[in-house]
Amino acid sequence: MVGPAALSEACSGTEGLAVSLRGVTKVYDSGVMALGPFDLDVNKGEFVSLLGPSGCGKSTALRLIAGLSEPTSGTVGISKPAGQARLGHSIGFVFQEPTLMPWTSVRENVQLPLKLAHAPAAEANARIDEALTQVGLAEFADAYPRELSGGMKMRVSLARALVTDPDILLMDEPFAALDEITRFRLNNDLLALWRNLRKTIIFVTHSVFESVYLSQRVIVMTPRPGRLGAEFGIDAPEPRREDFRTSVEYAGYCRQVSGALAPGKPGS
Amino acid sequence: MSSLQTPPLSAGQGGPEARAVRVVRILLPVVVLAAGIASWELVVRLNDIPPYVLPGPSAVFQTLVSDWPVLSQSLLVTLLTTLEGFAAAALGGIALALVFNQSKWLEYSLFPYAVILQVTPVIAIAPLLLIYLSQQTAVIVCAWIVGFFPVLSNTTLGLNSVDRNLAGLFRLYGASRIQTLAYLKLPSALPFILGGLRIAGGLSLIGAVVAEIAAGSAGAGSGLAYRIAESGYRLNIARMFAALLLLSAAGIVIYVLLALTSHLVLRRWHESALGKDN
Repeated sequence: MVGPAALSEACSGTEGLAVSLRGVTKVYDSGVMALGPFDLDVNKGEFVSLLGPSGCGKSTALRLIAGLSEPTSGTVGISKPAGQARLGHSIGFVFQEPTLMPWTSVRENVQLPLKLAHAPAAEANARIDEALTQVGLAEFADAYPRELSGGMKMRVSLARALVTDPDILLMDEPFAALDEITRFRLNNDLLALWRNLRKTIIFVTHSVFESVYLSQRVIVMTPRPGRLGAEFGIDAPEPRREDFRTSVEYAGYCRQVSGALAPGKPGS
Repeated sequence: MSSLQTPPLSAGQGGPEARAVRVVRILLPVVVLAAGIASWELVVRLNDIPPYVLPGPSAVFQTLVSDWPVLSQSLLVTLLTTLEGFAAAALGGIALALVFNQSKWLEYSLFPYAVILQVTPVIAIAPLLLIYLSQQTAVIVCAWIVGFFPVLSNTTLGLNSVDRNLAGLFRLYGASRIQTLAYLKLPSALPFILGGLRIAGGLSLIGAVVAEIAAGSAGAGSGLAYRIAESGYRLNIARMFAALLLLSAAGIVIYVLLALTSHLVLRRWHESALGKDN
């Protein structure tokens, strides 16, 4: 029933594509071929994980989608936000580190994207409060980053990505540096946010367990240069809760995905 | 999303043992100072050294009090020069670093000359400056020459030390050059800039003194360094010591003020201003 999915059509059924990569490659100045050619279609509202060993170009793919770097060849398509031009940005990005400005408060960190877009103060304040509430940090608006734990810093980073109300959320191994307890809690909170807000999320990770727990679709990438290795649809019932982590079904998916990651597989 | 810890508060000031260590750290230098002054006085009195060779500390102190009108006037002149030189060094150093940061071409063209200006001893430049500039200006320019380089190089270092991911974030959100400078680069560079200013403060005083001494032979000066040179010609050794004492005190005050400013500005976020327990 599951297995390497036929391709993205397996997950269609929503209003269309949010992100579409066609034959994208990235060659660094050093001559290292980091990515590709790589094709990827992500539907609107979908939660997709890019999974692969370190250095397989999954972060590179994310940076290309964000526009933080240019592809060497191929095209990167991003759906334009419907309606009039909005404040801020249609893409939110969460880095591996919290990447907060240490010299200013949580509130001002979250405000940054709006400030850069010259948002009016009244609207900005409402949005900041909303974003901080969404990540459960409303009482910590005036704290400084150094006063927060690692998990809380990551929440601030998430709030900053959400404050522009983006259509697409790109997350680059956001929880990799956290302890397991904190990571599980943030996994659950992220899933809850996704259920409520229905953003398109592309989540880069090197954890099989995290990718299966979170995503509707897991894309396994090959070692450098990163290509599509295998693709798995995770058809677990919604909403997923902590008990999914210990279910037989979950273990089965994890085994399949791990198998695709294992060395010696054709295509690697 | 409810289980949030309270942020860690800064720990207390340590036990009685730590307090004892702190007291000793303050007490020891004071004891050394007292012992040094006492033995100086003792050596002068026991050997009957005449004051035009080596005055005792009591004589120096007396001179400090009796010559206060002259010395305080000179102190004011030197401090004003230092302040002007420091302001010029701070503004010039930061401005130049910003220009270099915006334009690589300008940096490549001009940076070597900034280095040359820095490595050439200012005492050798001062007499030349006094030929072409009015004395007042020459003294300030000297203070600027020695003071601006630490500000320039520290600010440059700071502007180049911006977190790469934060820089990426600013690009993602389409920040303009000015926004990136104001909201990212300058705040990131602030600890470095303050470090540079702390060095520049002391150096500006040195620059001012060097220029005054060089100008002293021209006769028109009235700063503390000029008083030292003048007292030397007159074998008024006590006044030389008194003026030196004031210069030292001025240097200490400048350093403490700048260190305090740095601490107050950075205390909420930067590692350098946080206690060990944080």
